[in-house]
Amino acid sequence: MSYTGTFRIWRGDADGGALADFRVEVNEGEVVLDVLHRLQATQAPDLAVRWNCKAGKCGSCSAEINGKPRLLCMTRMSVFERDDVVTVTPMRTFPVIRDLVTDVSFNYAKAREIPSFTPPADLAPGEYRMAQVDVNRSQEFRKCIECYLCQDTCHVVRDHEENKESFAGPRFLMRIAELEMHPLDVADRVPAAQEEHGLGRCNITKCCTDVCPEGIKITDNALIPMKERVADRRYDPLVWLGRTISRRRG
Amino acid sequence: MTTTARDAGGRGVGGRGVDSPGRAAIGARTLRSDRWWLPPLATTVGLLIFIGYATVRTFQQKYFFADERYLTPFYSPCVSLGCASEPGAAHFGMFLPDHPLIPYAALSLPFLLLFRLTCYYYRKAYYRSFALAPAACAVPEPHATYTGETRFPLVLQNVHRYFFYVAVVISIINTYDAIVAFRHPTDGLVVGVGNLVLLVNVVLLWCYTASCHSCRHVMGGRLTHFSKHPVRYRLWTWVSALNTRHATFAWTTLGTLILTDLYVALVASGTITDLRLVG
Amino acid sequence: MTEIERHDYDVLVIGAGGAGLRAAIEARERGLRTAIVCKSLFGKAHTVMAEGGCAAAMGNVNENDSWQVHFRDTMRGGKFLNNWRMAELHAKEAPDRVWELETYGALFDRTKDGRISQRHFGGHTYPRLAHVGDRTGLELLRTMQQRIVALQQDDFAETGDYEARLRVFAECTVTELLKDPAVGPDGAIAGALGYWRESGRLVVFSAPAVVLATGGIGKSFQVTSNSWEYTGDGHALALRVGADLVDMEFVQFHPTGMVWPPSVKGILVTEGVRGDGGVLKNSDGKRFMFDYVPDVFKGQYAQTEDEADRWYDDQESNRRTPDLLPRDEVARAINTEVKEGRGSPHGGVYLDIASRMPAEEIKRRLPSMYHQFKELADVDITAEPMEVGPTCHYVMGGIQVDPDTGQSRVPGLFAAGECAGGMHGSNRLGGNSLSDLLVFGRRAGLGAADYVVGLERRPAVQAADVDAAAVLTLAPFDAPAHGGPDDAENPYTLHAELQRMMNDLVGIIRTETEVAEAQRRLGELRARVGHVFVEGHRQYNPGWHLALDLRNMLMVSEAVAASALLRTESRGGHTREDHPGLDPEWRHRVLVTRRARDGADSTDGAESEQVVPRVVVEPAERVPMRADLLALFDLTELEKYYTDAELAEHPGRPADPGRPADPVGGTA
Repeated sequence: MSYTGTFRIWRGDADGGALADFRVEVNEGEVVLDVLHRLQATQAPDLAVRWNCKAGKCGSCSAEINGKPRLLCMTRMSVFERDDVVTVTPMRTFPVIRDLVTDVSFNYAKAREIPSFTPPADLAPGEYRMAQVDVNRSQEFRKCIECYLCQDTCHVVRDHEENKESFAGPRFLMRIAELEMHPLDVADRVPAAQEEHGLGRCNITKCCTDVCPEGIKITDNALIPMKERVADRRYDPLVWLGRTISRRRG
Repeated sequence: MTTTARDAGGRGVGGRGVDSPGRAAIGARTLRSDRWWLPPLATTVGLLIFIGYATVRTFQQKYFFADERYLTPFYSPCVSLGCASEPGAAHFGMFLPDHPLIPYAALSLPFLLLFRLTCYYYRKAYYRSFALAPAACAVPEPHATYTGETRFPLVLQNVHRYFFYVAVVISIINTYDAIVAFRHPTDGLVVGVGNLVLLVNVVLLWCYTASCHSCRHVMGGRLTHFSKHPVRYRLWTWVSALNTRHATFAWTTLGTLILTDLYVALVASGTITDLRLVG
Repeated sequence: MTEIERHDYDVLVIGAGGAGLRAAIEARERGLRTAIVCKSLFGKAHTVMAEGGCAAAMGNVNENDSWQVHFRDTMRGGKFLNNWRMAELHAKEAPDRVWELETYGALFDRTKDGRISQRHFGGHTYPRLAHVGDRTGLELLRTMQQRIVALQQDDFAETGDYEARLRVFAECTVTELLKDPAVGPDGAIAGALGYWRESGRLVVFSAPAVVLATGGIGKSFQVTSNSWEYTGDGHALALRVGADLVDMEFVQFHPTGMVWPPSVKGILVTEGVRGDGGVLKNSDGKRFMFDYVPDVFKGQYAQTEDEADRWYDDQESNRRTPDLLPRDEVARAINTEVKEGRGSPHGGVYLDIASRMPAEEIKRRLPSMYHQFKELADVDITAEPMEVGPTCHYVMGGIQVDPDTGQSRVPGLFAAGECAGGMHGSNRLGGNSLSDLLVFGRRAGLGAADYVVGLERRPAVQAADVDAAAVLTLAPFDAPAHGGPDDAENPYTLHAELQRMMNDLVGIIRTETEVAEAQRRLGELRARVGHVFVEGHRQYNPGWHLALDLRNMLMVSEAVAASALLRTESRGGHTREDHPGLDPEWRHRVLVTRRARDGADSTDGAESEQVVPRVVVEPAERVPMRADLLALFDLTELEKYYTDAELAEHPGRPADPGRPADPVGGTA
């Protein structure tokens, strides 16, 4: 059942690089990461690949396969024809370190900018009571394995380096939504979502949802509800009209 | 992974987007080998067909009301003085001046247009197809700068919910149109094929309207504690279920609007005869 | 040597899994400057793979639960080999640790009255596992990761620097611990040397306290649920600086790993599948577990399928299904079924939930299992049974620590989580690892903080030690000293050989001849590992990383093999085909692994001795259980495990000295 497949893999670092062709054995039931491991063991021992659990649970092996952001461990070889050339490159939104490994520190920096869970001051451990229906929504977002494929595919930063400063990206806008919908979080997160974390830059074109390996409905369940909460506060036309009129007078 | 900033790579400073300094120098703007251009192209064609058809019909000011009491949704509510040309078409009075550039349903059409224009699904559709921002995932967009929906005019997308409210009223009017059509002035209760067409159309319009993201928010999405609002939670659950098919309804209703209008126009112009099923 | 990057911290935590993060949170909250070093990115540790839940006797679902019941279950699961003090602390403190996570923002599944829901699991008397669907480990790790971010935000608000008191050194590997020989009689921990995976640059940490939280050793075995990080680093680092390991013969093979396709062989299928109603069947469609209830558990498990099925709805009046026996029993049963020709096409058995529950229910309860089989094996678990077989999952053995503080015998060296030994005895119950890492992660962080605060003089890193460690770390880039380039060994090849050999010879079923053969082959590998040569440069070079990890795996494998050879009985995660029964004379003995003294019985020269120091394993006596804890068990149960002499003090035993001793099965 095995055959020899053709792979084009980007090799290089921040100073430059190129796609390199490899012919490598592919066996039944394998995923792209298996083939990369075989390459390491047989032809390219220093091929840099970031991976960890190999079961789609840790979100380490994010890369782009035939131009699409994907997890290497969750892309089965059976989705390709035997004579397809499988092109593997690093994620193209983040600085490259080497070969398929990128510097994802952007995401860790953004994570720090989101204020943490804020429980009621007087609630002691063990006294937390929450209904399942109230935690369902945030639980969906907490399925996130932080593979950052959504951050990678989001054109707001992928195509505009200059937006990285002012845009948290789908993963962290979803984190804000998670806390905003947390039944015991008392912080107000709506104004900051728009003003500091760039929710308004999202044009809901849904690529984040499309690439999410956990199947989280990022756009429909996190980003749009957050936009609606912002609209509650800021874009109510009556409030806006009142503000505009008073500004004119002032 | 370190948090120290990395130096820009050895490439020219001119690169932007995926060619920005520091990112992997891959060369090709996209390596997608599938037909990624097909969905935006199909969207463009689909939307243009609808816009073309709707424009022509809106300003045609003919063939909008069949003797069987079928009023096309493009002319509902018919409030122009011109509606007098088809007695029985105006259910809510006639007061707008009859002018070739003023649609007979000028009270509803702009809001329906704005409802769909600001709809979260259509936004995705036309941002991808018309604005190419982005045309497809991981395909670079052509714009030098991008501010999303932070500035005028796109910041106005945020008022979507108010058009939703208006759309609900218009859906009620459409429903009224569909229901009164069952009562023939002379034959009493009747069911013709046209009645079923109007009915199916209005049901799907309701599906589209009710599956709106703003509706989902208003019904219960804005709540933090569903458990304290069981009724609104139930409503939210229903709307959420519909909402997952919002895109489907968006396209289906464009189709049924055209088909419904076309059917009414064909019957009204005498091109075809409506088939009476009951009565 | 060129200038080496240096950092100075109070507490250095090695490993960013659950135990490491919990230790770091504690040390930082005590006001100490804390660093976390981890091989992967922050938030990717193997803890995310834990699925079923976190055991804590909160009594939310069944209020009869208590720490005493949890303690008893844990000791039974470990076949009374557990360090009883650890089991006691664990059972008592787990609920507080879980509740604490809620204050960090964790969102567990809820009961109807809004408390944390708890689920059934193998070996636990009551529903006890706090869980979030089947991704509980991810929830724990993400919660603690976010807690660390919260602490960094506090520091930022105060000092303007997120990393003022708590910094994560991600993708950084520690290769050697450094001691200051001038402190105390045998020296004390002074720091560690490591390298950045990204750049290959070396880095030296000065820290008077090091908390090892490096997890397990699964990557020494071919079929394993463990990720690449599980190379026994903490075990090896501790041995190298003179700490002891205990119980290294006890390796848990999880009964249900995926067996097909080959590329995912070993990946875990959560025990939650069985807890929620899934049953094991052989190729005849028979629920075979009813034939495998061992004597020590007779009476505690259902004897008919009807009773087992009733138990899911009514646990009060029915006994649980034997599908939920402790993991070692189930793994052995599956092994036997397959060996006797009743296995599935790919060498496993069937785990069937599809025929027992509606599809929607399965997807709701076991979303990530559904996802995993769909994506990786193209199997729809709502429509067809899964094929499963044993997979190396967890090492019960580990660094010997003081239960209360987590300190090893080396001053300043602490350990917590899987890399610490003793807590689980010969077999760990499902759900007890997440609670273990919370309870002992915190205690190790606390222990380290107290140790640092109490220090009179700060140990100093010795320049010569740094140089020596650096040379050893970079050695794989040097062409082999003797022999031609043909003698250069490929780390990937050596690793594959080690894994195959450990799986075949020191795996789930062991014999004296096979383990002795394993030792011989380990000797060969240790000679060859000195000749490992890697191509390329130091920047993100996986071949080099593996070459270094390989040393640790080899050292740990030697500890496992030597311990397995000595223990001539079968118990928990150690099954000797040539010694099939429990032997009470072995219950009170512990096998201790330590580094052989320099030069002693070394046959292959100082070079390989330095790369992979030799280990020796010796038996020692266990500390007898405190009387009040022993009294929690019925005498009849204890008599199955204990020697008669050990039970003389039990309150259940009549004072009459003339009472004849019960003969105990398996006693020689």
